[in-house]
Amino acid sequence: MRKVGAPVLKDLFGKKRKFATVPSETLARVPASADMAKEAGTKEKEVPEGLMNKCPHCGTIHYSKDLEKNLRVCKGCQYHYAMSAPERLQSLLDEGVLTEEFDTNLITANPLDFPGYLEKIEQDKANTDLNEAVITGEGILGGNRIVIGVMDSRFRMASMGSVVGEKITRAIEQAIDRRLPFILFSASGGARMQEGILSLMQMAKTSAALSRLDRERLLFISVMTNPTYGGVSASFSSLGDYNIAEPGAMIGFAGRRVIEQTIRQELPKDFQTAEFLLKNGQLDMVVHRKDMRTTLSKLVEMHTSREGVEAWQESSPLKSH
Amino acid sequence: MAGELPFEKPLVELQDKIKELRRFTEEKGIDFSDEVQRLEQKAKDLAQQIYGNLTPWQRVQLARHPERPTTLDYIQLLFTDFIEVHGDRLFGDDHSIVGGIAKFDGHPVTVVGHQTGKDTKDNIKRNFGMAHPEGYRKALRIMQQADKFGRPIICFINTKGAYPGKSAEERGQSEAIARNLREMATFRVPIICIVIGEGGSGGALAISVGNRILMLENSWYSVIAPESAAAILWRDASLGMRAAESMKITAPDLFELGVIDGVIPEPFGGAHRDLIAQASAVKTVIAEQLEQLGHLTPDELIQDRYEKFKNIGKYATL
Repeated sequence: MRKVGAPVLKDLFGKKRKFATVPSETLARVPASADMAKEAGTKEKEVPEGLMNKCPHCGTIHYSKDLEKNLRVCKGCQYHYAMSAPERLQSLLDEGVLTEEFDTNLITANPLDFPGYLEKIEQDKANTDLNEAVITGEGILGGNRIVIGVMDSRFRMASMGSVVGEKITRAIEQAIDRRLPFILFSASGGARMQEGILSLMQMAKTSAALSRLDRERLLFISVMTNPTYGGVSASFSSLGDYNIAEPGAMIGFAGRRVIEQTIRQELPKDFQTAEFLLKNGQLDMVVHRKDMRTTLSKLVEMHTSREGVEAWQESSPLKSH
Repeated sequence: MAGELPFEKPLVELQDKIKELRRFTEEKGIDFSDEVQRLEQKAKDLAQQIYGNLTPWQRVQLARHPERPTTLDYIQLLFTDFIEVHGDRLFGDDHSIVGGIAKFDGHPVTVVGHQTGKDTKDNIKRNFGMAHPEGYRKALRIMQQADKFGRPIICFINTKGAYPGKSAEERGQSEAIARNLREMATFRVPIICIVIGEGGSGGALAISVGNRILMLENSWYSVIAPESAAAILWRDASLGMRAAESMKITAPDLFELGVIDGVIPEPFGGAHRDLIAQASAVKTVIAEQLEQLGHLTPDELIQDRYEKFKNIGKYATL
């Protein structure tokens, strides 16, 4: 584990030196080194946090405890840090935990005999205390029962393989059996490469399950968090009755780098941010984390009880005709 | 022989030599018939050796062969009275997807497929077979119409993948693909999908939620193109061959994994060597599958499709 203070000082000195001498060679390398810095930044986030934490966006330094209290949102710039699945459930559900967790017995196999795959799975299991990249179950939100799934980007970047696809499908089937609304928080790099074509097929499987939920006239709210890409973005995540995203979340089909490399197009600065998607008509709303619980509770409440519709029909002036 | 692939070179050289000897025999009147006969046997053995043991990477190359038959080639040979329709009614007409109504053995069906170009100009028009959201939305519109009028749907899959670009992202590439996956699951008509060349990821899947999925022997279907997989796994796109070998992307691989329902054999050396024979093999398979699916009610067809995809995936239980 790195000390949090050290890189801050180093960064400061690094910057100063850059201004002092700029050999042409360095100038030519600027894009590359900027990229590397970005990568280093991502790595820094993966480092288990100690007492303090530096916002990768604006550099504000937080006490980790304060950050937790603020739902892991930066007080300086409102940057939404990644949340683990248990933290997310804690922040949303009435009891802070699921009333019932589904399918904890499903574990990942290595269908293609991909070298090193199961070792990586074991590492992530140990680091996260999770079985796979999604938690599913039933919980209570604002007094209403819901079925919920939350993906956890600490586990293989929450990529979707057979277990993730199966757990989400079964959760949707549970929502249908129990006649409950379904909420899914996605965060994912996309389909899991190590399971090849089987991962791709999970997109069709989960979407087919949603077609049943749809036919049963049950509510599905999709909440996209940073990042939601590829096969997850191009299946269940985009199929909500309401598509919601957290501010600044990166969402898209093909990643920026892929597009830049294959098509060599210049892309706008806000490309694939939640705000960009909202502007382009791909989202219903961008909701700040502090308002997420209230927003979801309200939406659920307006859809769960048939009473609302029936009561309206009862009192409707049209009824007398 | 035009457009030969690197691994076919020894065979091509041998065939050239045979031709030369024959010409020599004719022109100079020297009898090389023994030698010709010997070389012809050798060529036959060599062809068997090469085409009988194609590696995954060689199959990928055949799937991408510039002369590989396209969706429109099959449409012309398999159906009569094809009427092409255009546009998604929302934004535009994407030429990388073609579709319309036609007759198969005298019965009306709906046909949809990715369309690649035959030359550079055509490829630009077809965007190299990589669809934008409007392409998938056009496909959906055509398929919804099939559902409305009770026509079976036949899809031809041949794409490197959905177009990765700014315009596609702005117009909701993810949503367009996702919606097709959900809606195809609801159709009350038989859906038969045939991968005729490349099956690149979500762009291929977007018109592949069928009751039956079949692949031509030398086609590939994968979560990611082999070069892209190599770029991510080993940071080197030139290792596409290695990715192709390890990711199980060929027709026989997918059949073994239980993802597809059958492999349609190709003529020796690939579909482009004998388009008529290839089309006839495809026709037989479509007829068989339509016959089988014809016994299912609309609800059974939906259930059959649901179960098909529900069963795909491998995991362990504690």
